[in-house]
Amino acid sequence: MEIKVLGPGCANCHKMEELARTAVKELGVEATVVKITDIGEIAMNGILSTPGLIVNGKIKHSGKPLPSLEKVKELIKSEAV
Amino acid sequence: MLKTFAYYLVNDLFGMTQGTRLSGALEFFIYDTIKIFLLLSVIIFAVSIIRSYFPPERTKRILSHKREFIGNILAALLGIVTPFCSCSAVPLFIGFVEAGVPLGVTFSFLISSPMVNEVAVVLLWGLFGWKIALIYLGTGLLVAITAGMIIGKLKLEKWVEEYVYKIKSMGALTAVKQTFRDRLVYARENTMDIVKKVWAYVLVAIGIGGFIHGYVPEDFLVRYAGPQNPFGVPIAVALGVPLYSNAAGVIPIVYALMEKGMSMGTVLAFMMAVTALSLPEMIILRKVLKVKLLAVFVSIMTVTIICVGYLFNAIL
Repeated sequence: MEIKVLGPGCANCHKMEELARTAVKELGVEATVVKITDIGEIAMNGILSTPGLIVNGKIKHSGKPLPSLEKVKELIKSEAV
Repeated sequence: MLKTFAYYLVNDLFGMTQGTRLSGALEFFIYDTIKIFLLLSVIIFAVSIIRSYFPPERTKRILSHKREFIGNILAALLGIVTPFCSCSAVPLFIGFVEAGVPLGVTFSFLISSPMVNEVAVVLLWGLFGWKIALIYLGTGLLVAITAGMIIGKLKLEKWVEEYVYKIKSMGALTAVKQTFRDRLVYARENTMDIVKKVWAYVLVAIGIGGFIHGYVPEDFLVRYAGPQNPFGVPIAVALGVPLYSNAAGVIPIVYALMEKGMSMGTVLAFMMAVTALSLPEMIILRKVLKVKLLAVFVSIMTVTIICVGYLFNAIL
């Protein structure tokens, strides 16, 4: 599974990355978490408000407020079939 | 009812002598604090629910290939309800341009979004009354529409960085379907998020009203920035442009300025300059706009805001 965290590097983007990594660890799923900070690339992925979370090419979250850890787990699980 | 509660709290519970300056100030402080936080929570909650129906992706689709004028009006209105933070300005800008939203329309959105929002309107309402809040809302929209239309008419697309036009979104699929329950949860979180961020500023603003009131001479600023001084508005705007703050942060300053006799038009112009234009935002936007376009943007905004300031000093 491929998880992308997209954000230019604001506090919320770091939190989002942590959330994604913790969620992956706690779920015990096989996944790579990539952080994308380049603005052009963020836009190319179709994210309009940061931080964004993309799982297997699908936008699962974008913008504030951040989802809870439980919610992030759910979002990742929905792709982990 | 709130007034009675504040009165009871101060005079009976704290056992203070009623009618003194301190107890009066404290009553005022407690009453205003409760009133404004109630207003803030209720209105942010309501706006958050509306917001959940207008994520930026939807706004982008609505504005895509819209004609100018209508597009500018829509963009300014959507700016109020679409969640936006300046750190997202660049991906948003690219996304809009890529989706065929006209440049001037994009600018109307970028101007209105940070300047005209529920926090600004609620705080103005709570501290200065609904008339001032409505005036700010109306003129904020007017500034966003006008400045966006001028930028559109000038055909400045050539001053956007070239790479912006080369980006083709891979258009990841949006997979989240929201139930009404999700929206309520989002609204609650968003409300807590915002109240957490602004409560300190609000307390300072109310504190200024309750305590500093009466200790600095009323006409302190009137001499320098009253309606009689023709340079009051441009000076206030020139000071406000480089300053960076959100609507909540600027409110205590605005309150203090008004208390000390700065005229309404000058204060509103100052507030708009602070929230709509800032150095950090310019640095962020520099990634997609050439310096020339940035300069044009800042100049148009400055002139428009100064006009609004003069207009209100003349009629209020």
